[in-house]
Amino acid sequence: MRESSTPVIADPDPILIAKNVTKHYGERIGCEDVSFSLWPGEVLGIVGESGSGKSTLLRCLAGIDRPTSGEILFRHEGEPISLFNIPEPTRRKLMRTEWGIVHQNPRDGLRMDVSAGGNVGERLMDRGDRHYGKIRRSAMEWLTRVEINEDRIDDRPRQFSGGMQQRLQIARVLVPEPRLVFMDEPTGGLDVSVQARLLDLLRVLVRDLGIAAVIVTHDLAVARLLTDRLMVMKGGYVVEEGLTDQVLDDPHHAYTQLLTSAVLAA
Amino acid sequence: MTMLQHDPDYNFGYLDEQTKRMIRRALLKAVAIPGYQVPFGSREMPLARGWGTGGIQITAALIGPEDRLKVIDQGADDTTNAVSIRRFFARVSGVATTEETSEASIIQTRHRIPEKPLDEGQILVYQVPQPEPLRKLEPSEVETRKMHAWAEYGAMHVRLYEDIARFGHVATTYSYPVMVNDRYVMSPTPIPKFDNPKMDDMPALQLFGAGREKRIYAIPPYTKVKSLDFEDHPFTIQSWTEPCALCAATDSYLDEVITDDHGGRMFVCSDSSYCEDRRAKGHIGKELAVAEALDYVDRGEGASHDA
Repeated sequence: MRESSTPVIADPDPILIAKNVTKHYGERIGCEDVSFSLWPGEVLGIVGESGSGKSTLLRCLAGIDRPTSGEILFRHEGEPISLFNIPEPTRRKLMRTEWGIVHQNPRDGLRMDVSAGGNVGERLMDRGDRHYGKIRRSAMEWLTRVEINEDRIDDRPRQFSGGMQQRLQIARVLVPEPRLVFMDEPTGGLDVSVQARLLDLLRVLVRDLGIAAVIVTHDLAVARLLTDRLMVMKGGYVVEEGLTDQVLDDPHHAYTQLLTSAVLAA
Repeated sequence: MTMLQHDPDYNFGYLDEQTKRMIRRALLKAVAIPGYQVPFGSREMPLARGWGTGGIQITAALIGPEDRLKVIDQGADDTTNAVSIRRFFARVSGVATTEETSEASIIQTRHRIPEKPLDEGQILVYQVPQPEPLRKLEPSEVETRKMHAWAEYGAMHVRLYEDIARFGHVATTYSYPVMVNDRYVMSPTPIPKFDNPKMDDMPALQLFGAGREKRIYAIPPYTKVKSLDFEDHPFTIQSWTEPCALCAATDSYLDEVITDDHGGRMFVCSDSSYCEDRRAKGHIGKELAVAEALDYVDRGEGASHDA
């Protein structure tokens, strides 16, 4: 069950490989023995109830927390490198350039007292861009792409609504054109209509840019809309895995059946 | 040079010898890694932290009987902080003091670099309130140390970006961040950015002490110091439309001085020693007579001036 199914994708080499990733908090299990591969352009969903280990797994995959055991391999310049066997500065550099993290709460991913343009531009300045005009133009472009009006470029995130803050965070993550994006409940705390627009936007962006993504969510509708493949977690274990439609329409594990049947029909 | 006796109740230079050695070790490390902030065991001094205790401790660790000390505060030799620190060292070390920049072997400063270029063999000691240039962007010390260690300085330009976005130009006028020796981003302390270019390739040794924050850093002589900027918004310094009202200097940093309560004001050199020197050489500004009438400068100080 923990073996990956092999999707038909042009690039034969996975961008991210998790091998028996385990994270314990003292005696308690965060996540246990999770293995999977993620290919470029693919979107993987991780669903499960609160406390099932989704966020723990995501933090390990994104290089924020070191797993207790297991290995995470990221394909960088053609070679798989083990995320926690490389020096911290290299890992931080990869975190800034090769992948991005969209936090559930925009406050965790944005500088709240820096203007929208500064927030988006920071990633470019990190990379070494030193031309104000060009940085501002790219920032402007990205704000438009995430449907934030250009005249809000000098406003601070505090002055934005929740949905706008989240879109700004997405622009900030995507501007350096990462190859891999991690999203932790990207639509959490937003009302349904804003959620729908954000999901639409994410889908278009992910498809357009051909980036690989790992999305953690407890919302099966989000999973169905955005993801190609799904992993269902419970108590730290992956209990079911497969193509999204397959898992949602024909759930095998008792817990997945419970989860899908708990969705209210609109 | 009259050798004064130092107050026998204190060790020479106030600090005990072990503390001086500790500070010298920190200084050596700081000189070896230009721009890197070296932690040191800052001591209690007989004045409040934030009043220049970092600079005083460096001076105390360096000073010897042969030294000549100059102390300036905002460029002036005769302001409270400068006078108090000068008196303090005269008492605890008995060394000669001077107001003449070129005569001094150690110059302790707050907020300015003297206008007269410094020479090899001179030491400039800065009093530093906040040594961490990244602090406004990153509150965590653990994180800022990592950022320095791995030269992750992208965030620094966010500060400049914000200025240009809001004001159309970089509005930071003091504590303007610099890159030292192409490696460390450093806070030049609250000197006006007018003084930043003087730090570059300076023949004198520059030492920085932050007493409250317990950090020492340094720029060895002839080191590259570059003010951060954007390609399309290059670094610029302040300029004034009029010369100094006392000495007619056009190349110095000017302070605004209010002369009455009807809006009267004049712009004068902030470096008092430089200004006096120029007046002694016969340079006379437009409002020198006004300043003398107000007792802002001593009468008849300008040698060739007829009041």
